[in-house]
Amino acid sequence: MDLLKELAENLRLGEDEAVRAGTRAALDAGLAPGEILRTGLLAGMAVVGGEFGRREIFLPDVLLAARAMQAGMEVLRPHLARDGAPEAGRVVLGTVQGDLHDIGKNLVGILLRGAGYEVIDLGTDVPAARFLEAAETSGAGVIGLSALLTTTMPRMAEVVSLVRERGLGGRVKVVVGGAPVTQAFADGIGADGWGFDAESAVRRVKALMESV
Amino acid sequence: MSVGPFLERLRRGPAILGDGAWGTMLFSRGLSTGDAPERVCLERPGLLTEIAGLYLAAGAEVVTTNTFGANPERLALHGLADRLEEICAAAVASVRKATGDRAWVSGSIGPTGSLLAPLGRLDPAVASAGFARQAAALAAAGADLLCVETMTDLAEAELAVRAARVAAPGLPVVATMSFEATRRGFFTVMGASPKQAAVRLAAAGADAVGANCGDGETMAGIVREFRAHGDLPVAVRPNAGLPTFVEGALVHPETPEAMAARVPELLEAGVRLLGGCCGTTPDHIRALRLAIDGRG
Repeated sequence: MDLLKELAENLRLGEDEAVRAGTRAALDAGLAPGEILRTGLLAGMAVVGGEFGRREIFLPDVLLAARAMQAGMEVLRPHLARDGAPEAGRVVLGTVQGDLHDIGKNLVGILLRGAGYEVIDLGTDVPAARFLEAAETSGAGVIGLSALLTTTMPRMAEVVSLVRERGLGGRVKVVVGGAPVTQAFADGIGADGWGFDAESAVRRVKALMESV
Repeated sequence: MSVGPFLERLRRGPAILGDGAWGTMLFSRGLSTGDAPERVCLERPGLLTEIAGLYLAAGAEVVTTNTFGANPERLALHGLADRLEEICAAAVASVRKATGDRAWVSGSIGPTGSLLAPLGRLDPAVASAGFARQAAALAAAGADLLCVETMTDLAEAELAVRAARVAAPGLPVVATMSFEATRRGFFTVMGASPKQAAVRLAAAGADAVGANCGDGETMAGIVREFRAHGDLPVAVRPNAGLPTFVEGALVHPETPEAMAARVPELLEAGVRLLGGCCGTTPDHIRALRLAIDGRG
């Protein structure tokens, strides 16, 4: 247990080398990969998400923690697959057309992968139609949209209406997030979920996946 | 009527009124959200002259150029990096066409949109060279001042101010960052406080410091902090609230009246340059004009 507590703490501090080594040590000690993920890496990331939400820490700290999370995941991923842990589902993720910001989107991607989802990351400046194509060909249950610019937020509405137009509303849910995006905005465009931050975005995806 | 030297007025006389938003004005005039807003400078400069004219008529004394993203990093994403000088020249000229010498033309310099190394991939020397190129282009085109704005990383803001100082030595530099209220005080998302900004941006050579692209409610508190930690004139440009989606359109909820109601507190706090950011319109600027003039 202490191994995992230390792992969570090192992740919180953004110590990527220590997280890499700690993940290996936990595996060597015979701990289950799923347990290392949940009680070590994700537990640490949850603390980081909470502290960032309350602005007790800032973006640089979150990015360092995310980097450490990735270091741990590189060690852990092959074991998770071998462990037979079922894929939790597929998520198509991207920053909407006209918007080139990817810090928040990347964080959400890291956390989703950490939570066991297969993430299809379309990058930035993604037209609405491409989100739909990717969701249809991959069979993803959730499309995650990011925008930092107030001027690109209307692009989120396009994706939501396109999902409706194609009659996919029951099978594909849309979750939106980004600095200027509020719950009221998400409701206004008819999105299925809103993430205040990366942590809550993952929680919304989880809840929606279970409802699909 | 010709405006006098900007720096003198920043120190003495009534607070200066700036303009409002450009991005949201352009988008409400049909600019596609997939385009680089800077492309308008090349393709529809008349639109910029029209918006500048609206702000001038509303009472703005400073009108900003449509060059927020005209740095090599951002322009490269739209294949426009080699047209930076052309974009800056057209941006200044189109505003000047409306204002003549009745307003100061402020050359907007926004963030690169990339994280500086070691946290991100952008080499600080490359960022600095880009800011210098933009500042030099705006100065050559005849801007009266430069505004480094919407910064969240203090290191990047410092680079921009220093680069502007060197590349455009004759022009005053206003430097503002985007703060939000937290339980421990005001911080940018990157963790910079108004106190740190006041000290470090002054050291970098800014002529005025402050905040933009934030909640109007936070601005008076931020002004007081800047004043407590430095003696430079303070500038603020709040947003018209956080946008919501109403009947298919993006709407910024704060009315011109609500924004103008904050003016007495801002003046009392010592603000010297006041304008609007995202979602503000000529109507907001007109309301601020009346409030500053004591007619609101």
